[in-house]
Amino acid sequence: MSLIDIIINDNKLKIEEGTTILDAAKEAGIKIPTLCAMPEFGFAPGSCRICVVEVVGMPALVASCTYPVREGLKIYTHSERVLRARKMTLEFLLANHPLDCMTCEKSGDCILEELAYSFGIKKSRFEQNREQIPLDETSPFIVRDLNKCVLCGRCIEICNEILQSHAINFGYRSSQVKIIADEDVDLRLSQCLSCGLCVVVCPVGALTDKAAQGKGRTWEFKKVKTTCNYCGCGCNFDLNIKEGKVAKVTSNPESIVNGIHLCVKGRFGYDYIHREDRLKTPLIRKNGKFEKASWEEAYQLISSKFTKIKKESGNDSLAVLSSAKCTNEENYLLMKFSRAVLGTNNVDHCARLCHSATVAGLAQAFGSGAMTNSIKEIADASAIYLTGSNTTENHPIIALEIKKAVTKNGAKLIVADPREIELVKYATLWLRQRPGTDVALFNGLMNVIIDEGLEDKEFIAQRTEGYEELKKTVLKYTPEVVEKITGVPAEDIRKAARIYATAPTASLIYSMGITQHTTGTDNVLSTANLAMLTGNVGKESAGVNPLRGQSNVQGACDLGALPNVYSGYQKVTDPQIQEKFSKAWGVDLSDKVGLTVVEILNAAYEGKIKGVFIVAENPAMSEPDLNHAREALKRTEFLVVSDIFMTETAEFADVILPGVTIAEKDGTLTNTERRVQRVKKAIEPIGEAKQEWRIISELAQKMGYNMSYNNPAEIMEEIAKLTPIYGGISYERLEKDGLQWPCIDVNHTGTKYLHKDKFSRGKGKFSAVEFKEAAELPDKEYPLLFTTGRVLYHFHTGTITRRSKGLDEICPEAFVEINPRDAKELKIENEDMVEVTSRRGKIKAKAQITEKSGKGVVFMSFHFHEAAANLLTNAALDPVAKIPEYKVCAVKVKKYQ
Amino acid sequence: MKQQVDNLQEEFTLEQINELNEIIEKYRVEPGGIIPLLKETQDLLGYLPINIQKQISDKANIPLSRIYGIVTFYSFFTMTPRGKHTVKVCLGTACYFSGGKEIAETIEGEFRVKSGETTADRIFTYETVRCLGACGLAPAIVVDGEVYGRVKPSKVKEILEKYK
Repeated sequence: MSLIDIIINDNKLKIEEGTTILDAAKEAGIKIPTLCAMPEFGFAPGSCRICVVEVVGMPALVASCTYPVREGLKIYTHSERVLRARKMTLEFLLANHPLDCMTCEKSGDCILEELAYSFGIKKSRFEQNREQIPLDETSPFIVRDLNKCVLCGRCIEICNEILQSHAINFGYRSSQVKIIADEDVDLRLSQCLSCGLCVVVCPVGALTDKAAQGKGRTWEFKKVKTTCNYCGCGCNFDLNIKEGKVAKVTSNPESIVNGIHLCVKGRFGYDYIHREDRLKTPLIRKNGKFEKASWEEAYQLISSKFTKIKKESGNDSLAVLSSAKCTNEENYLLMKFSRAVLGTNNVDHCARLCHSATVAGLAQAFGSGAMTNSIKEIADASAIYLTGSNTTENHPIIALEIKKAVTKNGAKLIVADPREIELVKYATLWLRQRPGTDVALFNGLMNVIIDEGLEDKEFIAQRTEGYEELKKTVLKYTPEVVEKITGVPAEDIRKAARIYATAPTASLIYSMGITQHTTGTDNVLSTANLAMLTGNVGKESAGVNPLRGQSNVQGACDLGALPNVYSGYQKVTDPQIQEKFSKAWGVDLSDKVGLTVVEILNAAYEGKIKGVFIVAENPAMSEPDLNHAREALKRTEFLVVSDIFMTETAEFADVILPGVTIAEKDGTLTNTERRVQRVKKAIEPIGEAKQEWRIISELAQKMGYNMSYNNPAEIMEEIAKLTPIYGGISYERLEKDGLQWPCIDVNHTGTKYLHKDKFSRGKGKFSAVEFKEAAELPDKEYPLLFTTGRVLYHFHTGTITRRSKGLDEICPEAFVEINPRDAKELKIENEDMVEVTSRRGKIKAKAQITEKSGKGVVFMSFHFHEAAANLLTNAALDPVAKIPEYKVCAVKVKKYQ
Repeated sequence: MKQQVDNLQEEFTLEQINELNEIIEKYRVEPGGIIPLLKETQDLLGYLPINIQKQISDKANIPLSRIYGIVTFYSFFTMTPRGKHTVKVCLGTACYFSGGKEIAETIEGEFRVKSGETTADRIFTYETVRCLGACGLAPAIVVDGEVYGRVKPSKVKEILEKYK
């Protein structure tokens, strides 16, 4: 591109050829008003005619957003002719526009209002009495007032091109043109996923946030940029605060991970913060009933009970369950509390139940258990192998990157999933394996790759070990053998193997469909095997990418809320490490590896664990085989629960401590791509609730251990000192985009992708893995295979999303997905109540008959306490990672009479 | 999917549905194939009801809003069933004053249809138009492209009977 001379408003300017007049003017400091263009998305349709300018020699005015500059162009951006034309266009736009700006939600942020103001238009000369389109308030999140619509096309561009949701488009013609959803139905009935991005880009008040109606005007809000507390994507947004209350969430374009994108939970799922049923004071169980208590009283009781148990039954009769919803600082303090104050390594959290197999498996293969690439790299991968992840619903922002890779960059997507998830629509190939047969499928792929000589010999020779053993094992798994095990046609296995092996960059993305098996660690090892075999790791856009479920599940693991490691995966069994922490914390520490979540509950069931401190976790919903888990909680001699609501777990507590939501605390979260980002306090804690880091340190003080910090930044300083991978992290450095660990020291800029020239452990280790069946398979009595997952509108055990008005309205109840052929055999109609029974329990829910689940497979989400899927699931554990087999068990289904 | 096919079968023959699926298959992967796809479908079925649009959307993986947008944009496409024959009554100025209005009223009364609608027996689709350029023949009507000039309202029924 060369620089050329142009003249804007009689000023000479050098500008790059091909730049639009709009951008050229911007560079010259001249603001041309626009209504429809969104240059940040490459959207410049030139349709609103507000940005017109005069180009000397051109008979008509041109739209500056679409017109590229060329040598010698002479442009007038604000000549009388231009201004007259803009004013005329505006008057046409205002001809049908309701002038109710004084009550319009958009006022203060409305482009039309701003333009009318600057052009001094009080009223259009062309007023029409166009027929009013009824207000569409059917969606719980978005109000559509099409009478205010200026037909700029921004929402359509966003919905179709950027999000690939395809819910809306232009319909009808001439004066009847309007935005239609599906076949011109109400938004609620359409396939709209309520991400609300159309609300963000709408230049006028046609699309507004329903829950924020009447809660304040744009200029009244204080905006606090923070990190979302739902899934592991780690999106940033602004909390909008008025009078000490969170009124709404708005996008912040500065967000590194998500830009202005958010999913329905992130944008519309924060109304739980001000729910009346928040826990506001400590509660102590007296005579079987909870009574309000002071903090002092609660601390005193906990301190004396824990001390007593410690003295009578030993340190290891106590345990702490930390949380992937808490900040890094809180997780660090909790594990410090457990180890330094209680003196036990019995500390774990729910990562055990979702990705412990990842931590174990990838650590064994590569040396560290985290996503090797960054989220943004996904879009540039030339092939993506997606398995065991319903990304659209569980990591919506990452799903956008996958769609971008396929639709914009021509990537080939292979989906290996028993369910027909939404991304199958974008897939070149869909492998529908029988649940629990992933190892066989991976071995089959590797068999083809080796058989056809597609392996990366140089990578194998230079960077890995254990290849010969792997080769010997996978040679047994020919596509025909694997077809028999998995049900995937041999030819498809061959095709998939070729696509993956021949792609310049192949990204393997997985989630809990891989980990939540008794063979979870084997599955993860297989992902690593496949990636190393083809040299697809340690490169940009190529790697093994586990998508972590909760906002800080990565951080909770990093900070050592695990029974075998301190922060930064430093082993408790390593004497040098033990000495380091012992010195820093000023106490003797145990070198005995502690118990995992399920083991803690089993020990509580048997009476070996007597005191448990649970922070922001809900094992009474999230454990497998809930009847057993709930009994274990009941049997615990002294149970302390800190949470924001009365959870199913808190019901069993002896003392309940009120914690705070993400809006009420400072701290950091680490997302799935290892990015440490700030959470900022936007409002004061509600009632007498306290930030968890305060609760933990005050309790420690009470128990005679000196744990005192002025703020979470000081905790991070301590973390950085003791944790090599967080060594360079401090609050000042996190301010803008956060930092991706490993970040060794203050000069290190963080790590975009892992294992670049060398694996964390040195050489990558192949592990030969044999296929093993799941622990419980369908049989005569329980003939169907039961598998669990999540839905877009809810999060984990539903504690917060079911308290969000809109989310619960749109998805109010549990459903059981059944294949039409099974439904026919069982004489079940759509929406019938059915009873699902396993060896461990039974539940009732509505049947949803769909091809999404294959024949013989029943699917359910686990968010609903009324129909808790985990009453049915099997607590059989992976021998290494101790992760339970949530994804496979046997059930029977019958119509509920 | 099964249910949808059942619904379609209330309106169309299995043969027609199979043929529709062939048309969809033909244009499914063709960029810009959506308009010929819809045209051929309309040629086959006479019109494009919502359930047909849904079927196309599902099978061809084209968003429903896009199909509906196109169908409602082009006046050529119709979502109401078409009759075997199309009757156009001119209501241009010349025809209107020389009896066009009465012709229209006669048809509307006789066949119980409004402009743009199809008779219950699906034999006629009735439309009113503005000037056919045959003012010399006013009042004029056109049936399937054949122009009838100087039509007396009392003769309309007789003309149309021929087409039944």
